[in-house]
Amino acid sequence: MALLEVKGLGLEFSSPGGTVQAVNKISYDVEPGEIVAVVGESGSGKTAAALSILGLVPQPPGKIVAGEISFDGQNLLDLSEDEMRRIRGRRIAMVFQEPMTSLNPLLTIGRQLTEAMRLHLGLGKAAANDRAVELMNMVGISDPQRRLGQYPHHFSGGMRQRVMIAMVLSCEPELIIADEPTTALDVTIQAQILSLMQDLTEKLGVAMVIITHNLGVVARYADRVNVMYAGRIVEHGTAVELYRNPAHPYTIGLLNSVPRLDRPRGSPLEPIPGNPPDLTALGRGCAFMPRCRFATPACGEATPDLQDVGGSHVAACWELEKIRSGKAA
Amino acid sequence: MTAQEGATITQAAQGLETVSITRPGFLASVARDKKAIVGIVILTILVLAAILAPLLAPYDPNNMDFEMIESPSAKHLLGTDDLGRDLLSRLIYGAQVSLFVGVSTVGISLVIGLFLGIAAGYYGGFIDTVIMRYIDLQWAFPNFIIAVYLVAVFGTGLSNVIIAITLAFIDDFARIARGMVLTIKEEQYIDAARTVGVSDFRIMWRHILPNAAAPIIVQATVSISYAILAEAGLSFLGLGVEASTPTWGLILAESRSFISRAWWLGLFPGLAIMLTVLSINFLGDALRDHLDVRETTEI
Repeated sequence: MALLEVKGLGLEFSSPGGTVQAVNKISYDVEPGEIVAVVGESGSGKTAAALSILGLVPQPPGKIVAGEISFDGQNLLDLSEDEMRRIRGRRIAMVFQEPMTSLNPLLTIGRQLTEAMRLHLGLGKAAANDRAVELMNMVGISDPQRRLGQYPHHFSGGMRQRVMIAMVLSCEPELIIADEPTTALDVTIQAQILSLMQDLTEKLGVAMVIITHNLGVVARYADRVNVMYAGRIVEHGTAVELYRNPAHPYTIGLLNSVPRLDRPRGSPLEPIPGNPPDLTALGRGCAFMPRCRFATPACGEATPDLQDVGGSHVAACWELEKIRSGKAA
Repeated sequence: MTAQEGATITQAAQGLETVSITRPGFLASVARDKKAIVGIVILTILVLAAILAPLLAPYDPNNMDFEMIESPSAKHLLGTDDLGRDLLSRLIYGAQVSLFVGVSTVGISLVIGLFLGIAAGYYGGFIDTVIMRYIDLQWAFPNFIIAVYLVAVFGTGLSNVIIAITLAFIDDFARIARGMVLTIKEEQYIDAARTVGVSDFRIMWRHILPNAAAPIIVQATVSISYAILAEAGLSFLGLGVEASTPTWGLILAESRSFISRAWWLGLFPGLAIMLTVLSINFLGDALRDHLDVRETTEI
């Protein structure tokens, strides 16, 4: 059975400008020990969907209008705040985008690192401290005993992200949600952090949802990929299927807009024209239609559902046949 | 306590035995701050004077004499007032009431104000509306009107003075705390604490409050001086303590009739209030600096 199953999740935010459909009936699952990526541009609802797994979407203005999130057979949306608190950090943990601001500047690293362990595992000071040293070693921070007594401003961005990783691993969760874990880091550090996360999750058998807009991250680390656009999942498949054979025009556009080593040097990048749609005023048709070069008038009539493209690969587009034959030609 | 001991205690409290980076304890960082030492010395003298008043005061503070409005002399070190009472004795006894009013009003209003402000800022929505409209309501009434009302209902006396001044301060603390919480709760480390499963109370207490401390401490130290003066104002209007009770504010207020003839009657109580406020401000600054880990830690 899947560890995490998001089924038909719908999330709305009410704002003065109208209701924003941040997440629209998305479904995906994560098997134990697997790395699943959620890809999309800013505002596609990928972070909002992740926060709703942890029950951290502020309500109001947010409202979960449909669906269920089943974790280990339990619908997280039915749990009380108290029950959720016991799951957060203990069974599902989260790594944030911005390591510079995700540590409290006034508490020592040691105290922040041991907080979850003392809370969830009931460890005493000494035991938690020992384990903190072990975790710091594991994430590659030297001289851990001394570093535990320091404050966040003594740490660089990459080091802080290592601390955050140590923190999420501290209670040995079954699932880690990483919200753009490397976006704020130097390029040289990004690969280190991602490899570290991959190694550790593999070693400890932790499943991970990586939320990112970086397709390089996806290609290298993810087992399966969900592409989100305007609050919907428009394509889903294994990383290999998606890269070899992108089916949705949006995914094709994304892949054409980043430089790749497997294409001739000097070949121009093709950006996706236009801007992401206004989520308060989605029409009944496909949300990607205004930017799509394969669009036909029929695309404006109804929103396409996910259709099989082969294997576990699905995509939501009316013109899949045409695109596939067009590519073949 | 030496600086070393202070640091050791801090480390022990953090459960980190062999930490080579030192974060000095509060007393240790005070020891390095000359202003803070001055503050502690002055405040200690004042508090001791208040506690030991019966032993220290050369005369009974209410003992009248025919030596009225006498300038400072060997017999009356700070002179006498219009009823022939010894000013030094009155100031020493006055320290009891003034310090008590200053510290208790700020202490109580700080606790209540922080509680209201943090709850309002953290939970927002309906709780925020209810609390902040109450605070607005209180702002709409001049504090003296509230004091007059309280005194009309409960009668004069020190406790009513304290209640009236406390009420007046609650909204200041609540507003500052709410504003700080609104900023801090958007910080990612608060979200991070929540994803780890930390409870609301602990987030407010351990993660938000320390980050909001600096402006609150400054407000608290300033408020103590306001409280001492407010007690004087209320007592002067006959809404506070009895006229015969020696308090700094009351002595100062009464001196105004003789300001051209007796400089000492205005100067010394004024000095007493000023020194108190100054020393508390020094201590507040030291506390604020101590809480800023960037300033107090060394690698």
